[in-house]
Amino acid sequence: MPDSQLDPAGAGATIPDQISEEIAGIVRAEHGRVVATLIRRLGDIDLAEDAVADALIVALERWPADGIPPNPGAWLTTTAGNKAIDRIRREAKRDAKYAEAAMITDDTPPRDDGPVDDDRLRLIFTCCHPALAVENRVALTLRLIGGLTVGEIARAFLVPETTMAQRITRSKQKIKNAKIPYRVPRAEDLPSRLGGVLAVLYLIFNESYLATEGEGIRADLSTEAVRLTRQLGSLIDDPEVVGLLALMLLTEARRPARVSDGALVTLDEQDRSLWDAGLIDEGHRLVRTCLATNRPGPYQVQAAINAVHTDALDASMTDWSQVVQLYDQLLALQPSPIVELNRAVAVAELDGPEVALSIVERLDLSAYHAWHVTRAELLRRLRRYDESRDAYDQALALIDNEAERAHLTRRRRSLPG
Amino acid sequence: MTHYLMSVIHDWDNMGLTEAEMQESFRLTDAFNTEIKESGHWVFAGGLTHPSNSTVVDGRKGEAIVTDGPYAEVKEQLGGFWVIEASDLDEALELSRRASAACMHPVEVRPFEGMA
Repeated sequence: MPDSQLDPAGAGATIPDQISEEIAGIVRAEHGRVVATLIRRLGDIDLAEDAVADALIVALERWPADGIPPNPGAWLTTTAGNKAIDRIRREAKRDAKYAEAAMITDDTPPRDDGPVDDDRLRLIFTCCHPALAVENRVALTLRLIGGLTVGEIARAFLVPETTMAQRITRSKQKIKNAKIPYRVPRAEDLPSRLGGVLAVLYLIFNESYLATEGEGIRADLSTEAVRLTRQLGSLIDDPEVVGLLALMLLTEARRPARVSDGALVTLDEQDRSLWDAGLIDEGHRLVRTCLATNRPGPYQVQAAINAVHTDALDASMTDWSQVVQLYDQLLALQPSPIVELNRAVAVAELDGPEVALSIVERLDLSAYHAWHVTRAELLRRLRRYDESRDAYDQALALIDNEAERAHLTRRRRSLPG
Repeated sequence: MTHYLMSVIHDWDNMGLTEAEMQESFRLTDAFNTEIKESGHWVFAGGLTHPSNSTVVDGRKGEAIVTDGPYAEVKEQLGGFWVIEASDLDEALELSRRASAACMHPVEVRPFEGMA
């Protein structure tokens, strides 16, 4: 039996290693709903997590023999609810005050009808509350909504398990002590708060995307991010959620072509036959949905840019004028020097490297490796090889990703003279 | 209901406000105080004098060791504070936003563990 004393981070479910893929899949798919419903009923995140962990143990004992129940989410919710009552009774004998404090605000009367999607949406907004540090929002979302164990999250973010456990514990304490509410924000706060949720999901996705050595749990994070974004899309109707999902799918579609022999392959050199046609189709369909809705936002525009790229059979067929137009739109929505840098790359294809370089030189991004890479490539095309070589060196000095280092080293070496 | 401390963070030697803005911030703060007294969020509030007026007393070993303050040698010091009552952090954050706009300084909000 997991014990909250021995397991202060609520790592609870350390069993997934031993269970079949099918049960593990169900547990991840249902964890968010079940724990969210339990949190509303019990008003305590730790107790809810412990109860869900207890229920998972019962499931592991019974399901392999009895078969998986027709509605595993409802089964887990009921069983976890009973386990919570057991725990409260046990604890009550030791400490009568245990069950006293209702620590999370809940506007609705308790219901008993199994998992409720509203609960999951509430929990997402609690986990992604702006009062929590962004790395803590990421950890909490993966733990509570995604059902990943603390160990899995720690490995995915390359931090020691104790560090991750502490992050999660502190966040849960802050939710309790500062009374971070458990509810969907008011309509007037919703756009900005939803933006915070999307940022967390995108961060989770990017963490995997950047892991080019890409195996195991780090690569799985992108699957997790896509799954969580799909869940959010089923709970809330907003074109930016659709845009983010499309952006993720169109990025993920290119993953098989991104690395070759341990070196990064840039978009123009990728073997496009390796791209995942199914993901691209779905991504394009979602982008069209966004266009029809016509309430553009930064994620939708980025998805549209990716749709233009993935529409071209090879790099030379890219509609660069459309890419530049979309970057103009993105800049208007979300002005940033990094967007200007990406726009300059498209401008180079449309108006030539000289025009692009003059844009790049104006940007104050010398601490950002991609700025040096862009300069290096533009200077190369202008046959200013010595300056190009210097720019590659400056980029290499700022890089800690091996696949990208291999790519840049090769590019630098291929400079004439 | 939870009690929260809203601390006003001052860079005392560089307030970044003109005399007119300062006067305006006093006026807005008074108005804000009246509003939160009427809405029931008010518990207590006050503005502090310059941190050079503070004195540190260490009585842990019986006899008091008295030194010139402030205790922490940092640029930003407490300028004043509110103690408020709010139903949850979102409500406290909204009150903090209004408090910050009125007093024209950043506000840090922190829950009390308990209050006597």
